[in-house]
Amino acid sequence: MTQHGRPLPQPTPETRDFWEGCRRGELVLPRCRDCGRFHFYPRALCPYCWSTSLESVESSGRGRLYSYVINHRPAPGFEDRNPYIIAVVELEEGVRMLSNLVGVEPNPANLSLDMSVEVTFEEASDDVTLPLFKPAGEAA
Amino acid sequence: MTHWRSLTGSVAIVGIGESDLISRSPDKSVLQLHAEAVCGALQDSGLCKEDIDGVFTAGTPVATLTEYLGLKPRYFDGTSVGGCSFVVQIEHAMLALDSGMCDYALISHGESGRSRVGVLSGPPSPETPAGQFEAPFGTYGPTTTFSLPILRYLHTYGIPWERLADVAVSTRQWATLNPRAIMRDPITVEDVLQSPMICYPLTRLMCCLVTDAAGAVVLTTAERAKEMTKPPIYVLGTGEAVEHQMVSQMEDYNRSGAFEVSGSRAFAMAGITHDDLDFAELYDAFVHTPLFALEALGFCRAGEGIGFFEDGRAAPEGEFPINTNGGGLSCTHPGMYGMFIILEAVRQLRGEAGARQVKGRRDLDSNASLGIVHGPGGMFSAAGTAILGNIIP
Repeated sequence: MTQHGRPLPQPTPETRDFWEGCRRGELVLPRCRDCGRFHFYPRALCPYCWSTSLESVESSGRGRLYSYVINHRPAPGFEDRNPYIIAVVELEEGVRMLSNLVGVEPNPANLSLDMSVEVTFEEASDDVTLPLFKPAGEAA
Repeated sequence: MTHWRSLTGSVAIVGIGESDLISRSPDKSVLQLHAEAVCGALQDSGLCKEDIDGVFTAGTPVATLTEYLGLKPRYFDGTSVGGCSFVVQIEHAMLALDSGMCDYALISHGESGRSRVGVLSGPPSPETPAGQFEAPFGTYGPTTTFSLPILRYLHTYGIPWERLADVAVSTRQWATLNPRAIMRDPITVEDVLQSPMICYPLTRLMCCLVTDAAGAVVLTTAERAKEMTKPPIYVLGTGEAVEHQMVSQMEDYNRSGAFEVSGSRAFAMAGITHDDLDFAELYDAFVHTPLFALEALGFCRAGEGIGFFEDGRAAPEGEFPINTNGGGLSCTHPGMYGMFIILEAVRQLRGEAGARQVKGRRDLDSNASLGIVHGPGGMFSAAGTAILGNIIP
């Protein structure tokens, strides 16, 4: 837990590559060597063809805003960020990821679906760095 | 062996029960709430405790419930896929009853959703998928996750956000006719839009209530049901489906695949058309879930569900009643809600709905004879459907 008390992920064997990538500032996604598809969240087998021949590939980190909500009843540990945007981003690789949209005022007037976003990383603790998203081409 | 299509009308609901209160019960545990509903259902059915040999529940571990009630069933099922679990369990009970694995099936739901008596809850464990890929980003209950498809859906079909209020306004009109409903004052579109923003695009009046409540039903074979005290409510069609767990894994935010799969089997088994139905109880955790249901169940095309809530079409005196108890939005909603759509459908089909009694769509001199019950579990994660009737068409 950070000083703010946010819940933090506990990596499991199949998600380790992803979370270690985040610590390095890289968005790493699993891809199946057999069917070629990316999937998210990382699993020990391809959820499409069940192959266990997987590799970790660095993503462009770019995507589009698939949908979002703006939460006004903050989760414990998020009181200082109220309100905040929970976003589902569809990455260029074709997978979707839930995260927060930052670097933009949490107001629907500033947000449009399919807007371009790119990953940005936030250190949440000594061990955990979280992948967040910001409007593409803007400073975080 | 019996093919599922032949199961239509093979079993019937013969007893229903509900907790004394469906509002707040801060002095009652979850198991106590279950017990009230179970005793009510048993009394309603005219059976005795020793007759119950099949037990189905969700939320509470099934063996914890049977232990509390002093039951030792020879068939049981604890399928827990969220709110629709109890509807799914109608399908499971039907299979058990048809095969003779049990003779009298009890489905029970008890939940201390508001008062949290005897309930431990907290964030998901950090090593789980939700603990790794949702909670760190501030998700905090269904208002922050079940809501995620809404803006994509509105965008795709060009539906203004304000239209969502029509669902809440229509549903509240039914609640004004239901003495058991928690919220009974009529509301306007302005009231809904101006209510506090919980998690944009959901305002408070677009969200379900949070209550303490329980409900239970007893089912048996159609042959046995005919000999019992209350008119049998036949199970004409059932369906179930599961698609994902976390909303970020939902394939398409414009439609529920789980709803489509579940509804499809129910209609195929019942062998009826949409026009045969007199009413629909469509689980309304939030204003958008009935819209997804209408579209996935084939009542209308994609994006057109909101039309059912225009001009009083789904309201009392309307052409197609929807959520006739006042729904999760205005009647009750302890956390899971599937049991309450079942109870309301049974009351309507028995002619016990009082001021909110729905008439036959084709025969306004008779009470409703066919209804559909449908809802999600989790965040569109799963689905359950049941088509019920007081006749076998």
